[in-house]
Amino acid sequence: MKIFATYNIKGGVGKTSTAVNLAYLAARDGYRVLLWDLDPQAAASFLFRVRPRVKGGGKALIRGTRPVDDAIKGTDFEGLDLLPADFTYRNLDLMLDSAKKPARRLASLLAPLRAEYDVVILDCPPSISLLSESVLHAADLLLVPLIPTTLSVRTLEQLTEFIDGFAGHKPRVLAFFSMIDRRKRLHQEIARDLPLQRPEFAATVIPALSVIERMSVERAPVAAFAPRTQAALRYRELWREARERARLPGPPGAA
Amino acid sequence: MAETSPGPVPSIPGAGQPPIPALPAGGGFCLARADRRVTLRRTWLDTFDWRLYRAGLTLEQVSRAGGGAAELRLTGRDGSLITAEPLPAGRGRTLPRWPLLIAGLPAGPLAEQLAGVIGARALLPVARATSVLAEQRALNGDDKTVARVTADQMSVTFPAAAALPPRLAVAPVRGYQAQAARLAAQLAALPGVSTGGPPPLESALAAAGRRAGDYSGRIDVDLDAGMPGQAAMAVVLTALLGTLEANVPGTIADTDTEFLHDLRVAVRRTRSALKLAGQVLPPGTRLRFAPEFKWLGDLTTLTRDLDVYLLGLPAMTAGLAGAPPADLDPFGEHLRRSRAQARRNLLRGLRSARFARLRGDWREVLSAAAQRPRRKPPVADLAAASIAAAHRKVLAGGAAITPDSPPEHLHDLRKRCKELRYALEIFASLHAPDAQWRAVKELKGLQDCLGEYQDTEVQRAELRAFAAQMMAQQSAPAATLLAMGEIAAGLARRERAARAQFDGLFAQFARPSGQARIQALTEQAGR
Repeated sequence: MKIFATYNIKGGVGKTSTAVNLAYLAARDGYRVLLWDLDPQAAASFLFRVRPRVKGGGKALIRGTRPVDDAIKGTDFEGLDLLPADFTYRNLDLMLDSAKKPARRLASLLAPLRAEYDVVILDCPPSISLLSESVLHAADLLLVPLIPTTLSVRTLEQLTEFIDGFAGHKPRVLAFFSMIDRRKRLHQEIARDLPLQRPEFAATVIPALSVIERMSVERAPVAAFAPRTQAALRYRELWREARERARLPGPPGAA
Repeated sequence: MAETSPGPVPSIPGAGQPPIPALPAGGGFCLARADRRVTLRRTWLDTFDWRLYRAGLTLEQVSRAGGGAAELRLTGRDGSLITAEPLPAGRGRTLPRWPLLIAGLPAGPLAEQLAGVIGARALLPVARATSVLAEQRALNGDDKTVARVTADQMSVTFPAAAALPPRLAVAPVRGYQAQAARLAAQLAALPGVSTGGPPPLESALAAAGRRAGDYSGRIDVDLDAGMPGQAAMAVVLTALLGTLEANVPGTIADTDTEFLHDLRVAVRRTRSALKLAGQVLPPGTRLRFAPEFKWLGDLTTLTRDLDVYLLGLPAMTAGLAGAPPADLDPFGEHLRRSRAQARRNLLRGLRSARFARLRGDWREVLSAAAQRPRRKPPVADLAAASIAAAHRKVLAGGAAITPDSPPEHLHDLRKRCKELRYALEIFASLHAPDAQWRAVKELKGLQDCLGEYQDTEVQRAELRAFAAQMMAQQSAPAATLLAMGEIAAGLARRERAARAQFDGLFAQFARPSGQARIQALTEQAGR
């Protein structure tokens, strides 16, 4: 089981769109996939038409009084399950704080699902907090969507420095530009130059496209409702890079 | 994952309706358009004596019409998947040609699981059908899929052609079990839809006029204590004739070795029944048919002996300490050649006019005996007398065994034990099951010991004969003869061990409490 996480301290950069599309594409490849919507805004749960509610709330999950697999819901797509968001997730930091080894808590909650899933994708809320730290400790690959601005560079540097300070398991990082506006020269320049300087960057960039915004209307991944669009193609490319970077073996049953 | 175990299984009697009926308005669910339709070819497999069915298992070969993906699926009786094995299929590839022994299946977890259940028996098709599956997603008020509803329109093609009413299955999406259950209840409440129903294999068999588990090696009769003995024996012997005849095609086709084994057991039971209770049949019956059934038994002996040898060869080979397994290859080859020769003789007998006449005449005599039975003795008396007589012979034969007794005396005792066992089995339906079980259990221990003693003794003697034959045919390399010698030494050790066990086992069988168990049965049958 490989754990991927879409993470950025900033909101509105395309984390959920990435998590939802990559989860869908992984399932379509034949992997058994679980997407955990950790964001109390519940955008991923909304996109899969799953009610954002977990019995006992985040506390029951974090404390382990309710097993994680009790809360899992099947999506409309074969091989893709969702652990929905819950409004109580807004207090996940506090809940983690009262748990033992809070930074390792997410990893230990996911460990029993190892036999059931090949891929877990964590869709994180925008923050830098105890929850983020726990996500970073659990993940094998961090997918970091960045809007091409000068500040983005700083964000990425902060993140990699933070990870470098970890003892033991450290996630790999795959940063990529998201929501690129082709009309903005600065976007074009940064998207061209920065990947040359930093090995964490993916070759794939995700442009700002209206079809991606339509996900909230269709309530489905772009790759499912508009599989021939540029957006779907870019997400496929990004999934291929993520799979390789995470060294994910082929799906079960593949020749 | 998204699919979980199937929910309640309603079925819709009557043809000509859409496969999945429309859901009632206001029920909170609707069906998405039919998004999947697939035609499957289904072959259910089991052994001739239904070992998988009796173990609560169902094995099915499923392939897509048109040569698509195919697999073998092993499920529990409730349809839950235990293991699945993909089969090579598609253009230019052929599906397995059933029947197959375990060695003919693709190696893997499925074959490993089946081996322990089916043993030496072949898997053969017990039913075939074509299923047209139409699947629709059921959506809740949020347009979220909560279950997949499948209608299965099945047409049975084997063992007889029959069409079944469509079956509906509701498979809940994970986390939506409660909603799926409500949906299933709504479907079940629709006019013309009934809930429940047997699993697909049992439905297919029922539609074709068969029943799962309709063959077993046991004497499956239900006797009543007040029944005239003659009528009861006619019932028992007719059942044995049925078993005998049921095993002829499989023996001729050499589907597996157990057809011949069951055929032989039916012959031996018939012979024992004639010997122990044949006096109640019309005069002259025993005299006329006993030699014919002896002929039939003798006809099968050589092939069965060689079967036993060949079935035991892998274990013998694995037990070699002083020689590589390959040294026994020429011996295995010699056994297979000898078996082929023995089978030719067996098949001549089974296809002969004498065998056909025996079956025809025997059925006629039994039918007449059943229709016009003599009133006395009642079967309870007959059972008590037969079991008591057989029991006395075992006790007398066993008591006469001394450390110096020749092997033949122990072999004779084994025969007497078999007669007692058959007498117990023939009249089993007159006894309380737990008393019967206790009586048979103790006897079985003694029989196993005598069987091991005789089998190893005979096999050792046969091994010498095989070695001599192979020498004469110049097909015996020295290494093979040495390995055969090692096997003979092993057999001698087992023979001595069995002989050493005999005294204790017989003493246990003959002790007063053991005798009381048999007497309790005879008294019970006599009441």
